[in-house]
Amino acid sequence: MNALIALRRGVLNQIAIIRQSPLGTVGALIVLFFVIVAILAPFLAPHGAWTTLKDASGRIATLQPPSAEFWLGTTFLGRDLLSQMMWAARTTIFIGLVSGLISIVIGANVGLFSGYYGGRIDEVLMRFTDIVYGMPFLPFIIVLIALFGRSQSFVILAIVLIVWRTSARVVRAQTLALKQRQFVLAARARGCSDLRIIYRHIMPNILPLLLLYTAFNIAWSIIAEAGAAFLGFGDPEHLSWGGMLYELWISGQIRTAWWWFAFPSVAIISLVSALVFISRAYEEVANPRLRQR
Amino acid sequence: MLLELDNLCVSYATRAGPVHAVEGVKLDVGENEVLGLAGESGCGKTTLIRSLLRLLPKGAGVSADRLAWKGHDLAPLSDRDFRRRIMWNEISLVPQSAQASLNPVYRVGDQIIEAIEEHADMTPAAAKARVAELFDLVGLEPGLISAYPHEFSGGMRQRAMIAMALVLDPALVIMDEPTTGLDVLVQERIIRKVRELREISGNSILLITHDISVIAEMSDRIAIMYGGQIMEVAAAIDMFEEPVHPYTLGLKNAFPSIKQIGKPLISIPGSPPSLLGGVAGCPFAPRCPFAVERCRSERPVLKEIAPGHTAACHRSGEAEFMRARASEKQTWQFSKSAA
Amino acid sequence: MAVLEVRGLTKHFEVRPGFLSRLVGEGRARTIKAVEDVSFAIAEGEIVGLAGESGCGKSTVCLLITRLLEPTAGDIVFNGTSVSTLHGDALKTFRASVQIIFQDPYESLNPRFSVFDLIAEGPRALGLWDAKETEERVLAMLAGVGLPPAEYRARYPHEMSGGERQRVGIAGALVMEPQLVVADEPLSMLDVSIRADILDLLRDLSQRLGFSCLYVSHDLSILSNIADRLMVMYLGMVAEIGPIADVITHPRHPYATALVEAVPAPDPRYRRPVPKILGDITRPIDPPPGCRFAGRCPHAIDICRIDPLPGLVAVGKDHFAACRRLGELE
Repeated sequence: MNALIALRRGVLNQIAIIRQSPLGTVGALIVLFFVIVAILAPFLAPHGAWTTLKDASGRIATLQPPSAEFWLGTTFLGRDLLSQMMWAARTTIFIGLVSGLISIVIGANVGLFSGYYGGRIDEVLMRFTDIVYGMPFLPFIIVLIALFGRSQSFVILAIVLIVWRTSARVVRAQTLALKQRQFVLAARARGCSDLRIIYRHIMPNILPLLLLYTAFNIAWSIIAEAGAAFLGFGDPEHLSWGGMLYELWISGQIRTAWWWFAFPSVAIISLVSALVFISRAYEEVANPRLRQR
Repeated sequence: MLLELDNLCVSYATRAGPVHAVEGVKLDVGENEVLGLAGESGCGKTTLIRSLLRLLPKGAGVSADRLAWKGHDLAPLSDRDFRRRIMWNEISLVPQSAQASLNPVYRVGDQIIEAIEEHADMTPAAAKARVAELFDLVGLEPGLISAYPHEFSGGMRQRAMIAMALVLDPALVIMDEPTTGLDVLVQERIIRKVRELREISGNSILLITHDISVIAEMSDRIAIMYGGQIMEVAAAIDMFEEPVHPYTLGLKNAFPSIKQIGKPLISIPGSPPSLLGGVAGCPFAPRCPFAVERCRSERPVLKEIAPGHTAACHRSGEAEFMRARASEKQTWQFSKSAA
Repeated sequence: MAVLEVRGLTKHFEVRPGFLSRLVGEGRARTIKAVEDVSFAIAEGEIVGLAGESGCGKSTVCLLITRLLEPTAGDIVFNGTSVSTLHGDALKTFRASVQIIFQDPYESLNPRFSVFDLIAEGPRALGLWDAKETEERVLAMLAGVGLPPAEYRARYPHEMSGGERQRVGIAGALVMEPQLVVADEPLSMLDVSIRADILDLLRDLSQRLGFSCLYVSHDLSILSNIADRLMVMYLGMVAEIGPIADVITHPRHPYATALVEAVPAPDPRYRRPVPKILGDITRPIDPPPGCRFAGRCPHAIDICRIDPLPGLVAVGKDHFAACRRLGELE
């Protein structure tokens, strides 16, 4: 019961924080819009993502520009772009969200433990982080796919691998600073175990930073996914906006079908920007000097 | 009379509204005297000196009936003229946190010489000689002139700041909490040094502190500040032997003394007022055991009680009665709210 | 039996300079001998004042006694048991029995915790009571420090004044009814006019709850008001220890004498005598052998600088001073 009350208060707090920043509010609304579309896609999409459609004269409706019948136009294979955008939203957002959340959980924990314990643990974890920093995204995903085939899980795995690194470093720096604060010493004096101090005392104080990096991580994950899918490494079973651009590319119609290019690109850019706007709201909380007087 | 202030008011605009940090302050500092300004956190003493030295942030409103230095009105002086002619030459400051005032990447001697060059026309050789002279006066080895701030201990830093403040032989030195945070032996040394220096140069000091013992030891006259206003002004001995204002009475009770081991101490209930939007009536009224209806609506002004002794209290005529009652613990236990 | 007995407590910190310093030849490791061979005892219900200037080691002693720092050598015996051997459940019991009140009310409270959570944190971390009992005891303690529970339990540190925060800090330390409380300058960051109340609060609670207290302060005026016994430290060693009235009116160690004489009084007619000590305080890095005070002592003779530290010598009832020349100096 107490946990639910705390959660509700936490959520209301976050909404209040975001509302304070006009940019953040805009970002949140955009994200909300896409998320609702993604969730309701099965109800909202007029057609399936792979359904070949015929126009009034009975021929396959290939490469139709936006019209009353096909709001966003059609692809080379006669598929409705609007429906594809909705179905692909699910994939893009799902992968972005999952990768972003997994990477922040890993990054935050690595940073917290590294910063709090210091010494050998810090050395080992940071050495590990450095090694991972050296790993390039594309070759890694190519290898994974060559070994295990194209699947959503490997895309997520590859994205998580590159995205968790920055948050780990930043969280570590903050933890090092917080560790010196007197209230941490007070917690030790009261009898708190190390784990309790890390999760009950230090982590709540870096929450704005964590939320900021969650937004960032999700944004980076979406970009990474779009990039990978565009190059053909996406999961063929699950279409994403990047995957739509890949189909456009291999169809050779990239110079003619402007609608096929515009809508997925704008969607990706808007969603990523929206997430960055949200993180801006948190930046103002994490660094009070940025707040307007 | 060196410095004359009358009805000085300073207010800041904040998001929550105007804060009246200093309200109607009347204060004088004469030649060759030490005026101790006592008050706790939030009483406005820092704002007061900042307004004197034009160190307030933009957006602060300053007004006064009189703001004069050596008889001349200071208000019409441009900021540039003030900085050039008055700052450091006539009035100087030993700031509260010596750490914050010294740039850690420059040598201490160089920083003082820079201050000299900005405020006076002296040849570099003369400036160097002056710095050496002052370091000697404050008891710092000449080798420290070319040292960096981090090589100084707290007490040494403070003495360096005092040297810097005296370098152009100003008539008035403002010292903001000069001994706070220093060990008692270091404190004693600095106070002794300042006294010795005064005997040589005869400058006046406006000493700001919350430490009653230090004020007792150093001041000729004492002014008590609370809630942005001056509550009482008197010669040091009169202030301690025959205080009038209830706040002064309360402060006396709250101070432990090593000469009276185990003396029961009495706190003043409540906490300092928020100066948001100004205060109606006497700012001390909520915490005053002698407050009456008039105290909450009408602001008391400084009235002369005895020669050289003024107090801002509607009941200042009943000083003896208030003094007697103030020494009893029950008098101060009227308010249930904790501080 | 004494609640706390400290014998030969020593803490050294190794300072190894950085790589570049080593390259330039200033690379030898130095030792900060923060606390050196300190011995004292605290009886039940007693308030022992610990005075000394910065660098004397009093904060280090606080951390050592509460086992927030491990000693280099020496024994800390709490209620008959040696503290350094404790772990597991015994350590938990120790934590509940020895608590600390911190100096800075603005830094020692977690800004994310409500007042209730701040006070309840100790009992919760140690799993002392169930939710119902925790609630009762925390609220009782809140009232006990003069903060009405209904009004204060849900407040956050930034919504309270320094005095209120310090009361919360005290409540957090005392809610587990410790036997020994270490108070590290609890008043120094508070306004003068409210210190008396907090001091009274500590005195009352000490009498009601029956705990002993090690009260650390550089302000002898405050110590003269609350302590039963007084211990004066200098650069890591104990210079003098004894009943408060004796040490203040008749100090025997030259440093303690200088310290007592240097305390100002709120009296404009009083002028402090010029202290008879020389020079500035140094830091306890690689101190020379012999008495740590020898460099500044007006009575130092050669043997003071060479021979090892003098131990505590009785100069009165329960009154000890660490000086070789006591007999000659009075």
